[in-house]
Amino acid sequence: MSIRERLSGNEASAIAMKQINPDVVAAFPITPSTEIPQYFSTFVSNGQVDTEFIAVESEHSAMSSCIGAEAAGARAMTATSSNGLSYMWEMLYIASGSRLPIVLSLVNRAVSGPLNIHNDHSDAMGVRDAGWIMLFSENNQEAYDNLIMAHQIAENSNVMLPLMVCQDGFITSHSIENIELIEDDKVKEFVGTYKPEHYLLNPNEQIAVGPMDLQAYLFEHKYQQAEAMRNAKKVILDVADKFEKMTGRKYGFFEEYKLDDAEIAIVCMNSTAGTTKAVVDDLRAKGIKAGLLKLRVYRPFPVEEISKALSHLKAVAILDKTDSVNAAGGPLFEDVTSALYTQNVHIPAVNYVYGIGGRDTTTKDISKVFEDLQAIVADNSKIDNPYRYLGVRI
Amino acid sequence: MAYNLKEVVAKKPSRFTSGHRMCAGCGAPPVARMILRALHDGDKAVVANSTGCMEVSTCIYPYSAWTDSYIHTAFECAGATCSGVEAAYKSLKRQGKLVENDGSQTKFISFGGDGGTYDIGLQSLSGAMERGHDMTYVCYDNGAYMNTGIQRSSATPKFADTTTSPAGTVIPGKMQSRKDLTLIMCSHHLPYVAQTLAMGNFKDLYEKAEKAIYTEGPTFLNVLAPCPRGWGYNTEDLMLINKLAADTCYWPIYEFENGKYHVSYKPAKKLPIEEFLRPQKRFKHMFKPGNEWMIKAFQDEVDKRWQELLNLEEITNR
Ligand SMILES: Cc1ncc(C[n+]2csc(CCOP(=O)(O)OP(=O)(O)O)c2C)c(N)n1
Ligand code: SF4
Ligand SMILES: [Mg+2]
Repeated sequence: MSIRERLSGNEASAIAMKQINPDVVAAFPITPSTEIPQYFSTFVSNGQVDTEFIAVESEHSAMSSCIGAEAAGARAMTATSSNGLSYMWEMLYIASGSRLPIVLSLVNRAVSGPLNIHNDHSDAMGVRDAGWIMLFSENNQEAYDNLIMAHQIAENSNVMLPLMVCQDGFITSHSIENIELIEDDKVKEFVGTYKPEHYLLNPNEQIAVGPMDLQAYLFEHKYQQAEAMRNAKKVILDVADKFEKMTGRKYGFFEEYKLDDAEIAIVCMNSTAGTTKAVVDDLRAKGIKAGLLKLRVYRPFPVEEISKALSHLKAVAILDKTDSVNAAGGPLFEDVTSALYTQNVHIPAVNYVYGIGGRDTTTKDISKVFEDLQAIVADNSKIDNPYRYLGVRI
Repeated sequence: MAYNLKEVVAKKPSRFTSGHRMCAGCGAPPVARMILRALHDGDKAVVANSTGCMEVSTCIYPYSAWTDSYIHTAFECAGATCSGVEAAYKSLKRQGKLVENDGSQTKFISFGGDGGTYDIGLQSLSGAMERGHDMTYVCYDNGAYMNTGIQRSSATPKFADTTTSPAGTVIPGKMQSRKDLTLIMCSHHLPYVAQTLAMGNFKDLYEKAEKAIYTEGPTFLNVLAPCPRGWGYNTEDLMLINKLAADTCYWPIYEFENGKYHVSYKPAKKLPIEEFLRPQKRFKHMFKPGNEWMIKAFQDEVDKRWQELLNLEEITNR
């Protein structure tokens, strides 16, 4: 029997880490993810895990230590937010380029400057090309479930890539929600033990990690990495199947909420999907065919699947909780529209940058987006400016 | 057993092999080779290396000059990377997930250049040492960022001509004194800290390396490693330059153990600093007429630091 609990997103993530029982955790405090290493070090102090906990002096060292530990043959995990992730940036590429399946819990927060401790996605979006698998979570349950699935995806021999699980700072990390936890022994069996093919501590083999890799080889190594990211798509679905068999909870690349017969829809990630569902229900009650596509798997980006799922719409709005500051549009908008274009799906698409620095996004804001979409449909798909802002004082 | 170079070389095959691409006359390879020779037969080692001359010329895919397991991640984090490897070892061993070969133990050694240690990697080193990881961090100090073309570091001696502290008509080279990293590491109250170089039959280097590697806990070695390109000496003069560094007391050879300083080499006749400076092109401008003040200032600094060290030895052994 699964265990019913009431937990915050940070508690849920820390409990997932306890059940995974990694060999090494190296972490450094930063709001709003600080609680994760705090809870975890309590598990260490009370002998509830076998983990060697490294209270490093910076996030750069957190990721460096995770790289050292994972290369040594251990399962290594960390947690961070915002500037912590920015500070790791250099090492994130080294983790993925060295094909080390480290798992990171990212509690999304605005990246400075100016300084802000609240939620947006500028941290995650700043590392979207770092070669990490990126899973997003609407609520505490999903943050927990995604972490439980993480190692089976990352450590698959066709993948061997690091993975980060994102959730919204404060909005989910600090709100207490009902959650269903999986029994410890079931998690243990699901996660299994890590058996790397090559590792530094192998007493019977010497290896070199992180060489100078010049013109003759780097390109091929980067190609292999890109292949691994492509391979991850199938593995993510396989692991979700296995997970569904264990828990009954179904996961895919994305969740389609009242999307199949929708005429207008929103694409978004993390907690805003919850707000959007409430608005969709409202609009449906009024006979308006609204829907939602909540993206879970941002990297690898499910190009064909997302295009197919949106292809029947009369208009779509893509919500970015960060601004690319590029006079073109937010990152999710660019990914979705480029997917649509290459898949020959031609539907009107608009972008909304919203929720920056923790600005509240209410059902009223989301309703406004759907109203705009209705107006676009009514006006023969005419879009004056596709790069828009939601809830900003101009 | 008394140290005997011939025996050490004959009985202990080099764990750092030839074929690497460091320059002829470079001080770093003999240091790496001798330090690894201090490992006991049968013991496994994992070597971590920061980005720099040593790393870029010893592990070029698909080759490696290191016969031990080796990891390089980035410039500033050999300390943190090695911390992670050591923590993994502790964890896996404790859980029974790692079984070492009979009678063998695993040792963790980091090599970093002065840039990767005194400067950009100081935080990562300090963190690793403070956390008490059972590892030895070796700084091979060639007094500049050599890999990127001889830029000044905080280890570069005062007045040295480097590509970012060029000796010009107004500013005569680097105008700041060297940071004393070894003393900073002593202030971490580590079980063992030492400063040495490759001299004579390498006895001092070998013995300090063995002590560092086999002392439990975090240990630190600062080893002078001259660079013919950056210092401007003839490649065949490497050992001479090292000897002059010791005999002028520019590079004191000492150790710090259980809170006590011990100066391992006190030259019978302390040579004037010109002897060390003259063979090196990076100090050439100091010998121009009118620049005598620079040599004097350099000498004063060396004397002051040497005396401070002798004082520390005296105070801590009272
Ligand atoms: C973050 C970062 N900044 C700069 C560099 C460029 N870089 C590579 S090696 C190096 C200098 C290395 O100096 P040192 O540690 O003294 O080693 P040496 O080459 O002198 O042996 C520099 C500046 C880098 N690789 N990474
Ligand atoms: S440039 Fe200097 S430090 Fe680098 S390999 Fe050559 S001699 Fe050694
Ligand atoms: Mg250097």
